[in-house]
Amino acid sequence: MEHVIEMLNIRKEFPGIVANDNITLQVKKGEIHALLGENGAGKSTLMNVLFGLYQPEQGEIRVNEQVVQITSPNIANDLGIGMVHQHFMLVDPFTVTENIILGKEPSKFGKVNVKEASEEVRKLSERYHLSVDPDAKIADISVGMQQRVEILKTLYRGAEILIFDEPTAVLTPQEIKELITIMKALIKEGKSIILITHKLKEIMEVCDRVTVIRKGKGIGTVNVKETNPNELASLMVGRDVVFKTDKSAATPQEVVLEVKNLEVKDSRGVSAVHNLDLSVRAGEIIGIAGVDGNGQSELIEALTGLKKVTNGIISLNGKQIQNMKPRKITEAGVGHIPEDRHKHGLVLDFSIGENIVLQTYYQEPFSSGGILHSKKIFDKARTIIKEYDVRTPDEYTPARALSGGNQQKAIIGREVDRNPDLLIAAQPTRGLDVGAIEFIHRRLIEQRDAGKAVLLISFELDEIMNVSDKIAVIYEGEIVAIVDPKETTEQELGLLMAGSKRPEAGEREHV
Amino acid sequence: MSKYFYKLTSPLFAVILGLLAGAIIMLVSGYNPVEGYGAMLAGIAGDSYYTGETLRTIIPYILAGLAVAFAFRTGLFNIGVEGQLIVGWLAAVWVGVAFDLPKIIHLPLAILAGAVAGSLWAFIPGFLKAKFRVHEVIVSIMLNYTALYVTNYLIQNVISDNQDKTERIAETASLRSPFFESLTDFSRLHWGIFIAIICVFIMWFILEKTKTGFELKAVGFNQQASEYSGMSVNKNIILSMVISGAFAGLAGAMEGLGTFGYAAIKGGFTGIGFDGIAVALLGANSAIGVVLAAFLFGGLKAGAINMPLQTGIPSEIVDIVIALIIFFVASSYFIRWIVQRFKKGAK
Repeated sequence: MEHVIEMLNIRKEFPGIVANDNITLQVKKGEIHALLGENGAGKSTLMNVLFGLYQPEQGEIRVNEQVVQITSPNIANDLGIGMVHQHFMLVDPFTVTENIILGKEPSKFGKVNVKEASEEVRKLSERYHLSVDPDAKIADISVGMQQRVEILKTLYRGAEILIFDEPTAVLTPQEIKELITIMKALIKEGKSIILITHKLKEIMEVCDRVTVIRKGKGIGTVNVKETNPNELASLMVGRDVVFKTDKSAATPQEVVLEVKNLEVKDSRGVSAVHNLDLSVRAGEIIGIAGVDGNGQSELIEALTGLKKVTNGIISLNGKQIQNMKPRKITEAGVGHIPEDRHKHGLVLDFSIGENIVLQTYYQEPFSSGGILHSKKIFDKARTIIKEYDVRTPDEYTPARALSGGNQQKAIIGREVDRNPDLLIAAQPTRGLDVGAIEFIHRRLIEQRDAGKAVLLISFELDEIMNVSDKIAVIYEGEIVAIVDPKETTEQELGLLMAGSKRPEAGEREHV
Repeated sequence: MSKYFYKLTSPLFAVILGLLAGAIIMLVSGYNPVEGYGAMLAGIAGDSYYTGETLRTIIPYILAGLAVAFAFRTGLFNIGVEGQLIVGWLAAVWVGVAFDLPKIIHLPLAILAGAVAGSLWAFIPGFLKAKFRVHEVIVSIMLNYTALYVTNYLIQNVISDNQDKTERIAETASLRSPFFESLTDFSRLHWGIFIAIICVFIMWFILEKTKTGFELKAVGFNQQASEYSGMSVNKNIILSMVISGAFAGLAGAMEGLGTFGYAAIKGGFTGIGFDGIAVALLGANSAIGVVLAAFLFGGLKAGAINMPLQTGIPSEIVDIVIALIIFFVASSYFIRWIVQRFKKGAK
């Protein structure tokens, strides 16, 4: 079969580093080709070379067997290469159609013909089973829909080769399934896809072949049918990776967190959490499984004092803490790895050192008499950076400059170092690569073994199954079941998360 | 080294471009730019009197710049510095007129009154923002007018008996400096220059060294993360406005106790508060940057007074020339970009 894209022996240097060193990527027509590598391995650089944003120092690119010079994204577009970005490039107050035609508006005498365009978008959408409403406003549609708009945008511009940059990072499990269907439909219509990812499961599920790169070097291309996740992971990381994090059986002790009959209203005043009972003991990890938007965020915000509780009790070590100020709750012994590290976890413009004392800056030894002691602050930062393997040039570097994984390690270091009795970890591994995930899971289990209570909230079923000692399933703001990860299956969890009660719901135990 | 080189050269380059543009305007209007700039330079530092007056002009610019910069650093846009300055001016003068105290008490009391009045005036938008999320820009703009007319009323009807200005402040409340007068040929340069310098240090110290500054900056950068980490966002918004207002009030006190020695009915704004916004932005909202920007601003303003006198260039053209220079400095980002383009092209 012919190759639609060939990138042969590509080398791209930046001052001080070689981002791509002799990488070869060959994509056949009508296949889904995965590009696999850790964060910072050089995947994005390679794709930016293909998309005309960077010029390679060496190597050649062929599209449909013709040698081409791609010096700008416009040329890439003309060659039929389209990119579905990880961070959507959409204008919120505009409609789907307006976004799609942006920059390529069909116009007559300066008047944009939106109606005609809208009809064309509708046809495209039907042809690829995208079910996108061309007249909906971007602000009103879900993240999954927005992604489809991005896909439509490339199709509207006549793309034959679609690059998907980490498309599932922002999606719920349901939306991921739908995306996979869409990708398969695209292939059927003769398109070719390059999928940038570090999620092995997705590769195994949809891809035909996979090219692995590690630290800027091409490791090779393998057929998905002839490989397995373990092999791929070790190709990617360069060593064997343990998926099942080793852990001994939990030894639960006294109850640390007790939630009774909790009710929390969301920003619109609708109760997002109600009748919620939950307890977490010292020395165990409770995982909360559920589809996004079933009250997880509100539960966390209530537990950490960021949102008012309208009814019910939250007690920590026997002391009621509901509706206390976040600082009091922190001081009472709660650590919190927040869901959104950029929004809540870090002040991105502060140095990494300042971020490490974000909750403790006012205490000895970091300050006294209202004066900060920088030396103490940055000493502490150095210890945590070292202990948690945060890769940063130094402790004065702004948090913004660090990669996601290293930002997350710094947050985890900060939270764990405060030695809280209860550690709340919300989506702790979102967007991280296998190596970092492994590291973070180990740390959570370490905390458990040190006799702390750990509450893990995640949309990744693998993570919940792998790390938790008990799984509480949340559905529409209620805990609908508590199951043992050793005795359940993904199918059963999936059903529970979708709202079907277990047959033996009556004997729902209280942990 | 190249980083610092850029930091230094690009504003310098900008000033030169601004001067060139100003020269073109003067040429087109039929005046001699060399004479014009000569007169400006003479007005800035021609002799000791002019130097003294230039320094005197810089004092309130520094303080107004600090006020705007402080609020900016904590994520707030205090456009009400003008109003806070006006109430600070009147409050300081009022204390200066109304009391009869030894200097060691009277002068600090009058200065403090200016700062407190400015703080209180800034507290209002801070409080409304914290409590009801009313945007501080709207409230503080309105309060500028309120300050102007309320102080005019007070001067005319309460402090004086239908006069258009207050009595002179008591000598015990004055910042006037016989020492500086003798040094600068009787310019109005006063002790306030030291207060301004102390305030520059205070701003730097609060923001960089104290836990209050840590909180203020954190809230300015990211309210959600600040709340997550247990800081009170509302308290810090109010505190930031109050501190900013104190700097603004002090700027007014400097005018009242140092330059003029009284408060007069104003037909319009002093403009210092608004120029403070430009000073803060030019100074990149840092304490030391504000000082440099205030020197540029104050220098241009002081020099401009001399241009029509010596060369007959109309003051309107002088204003345009000054505006051009500031415009070019403010677009130093743009200039940096041009320089980089240029280098790339050369390569």
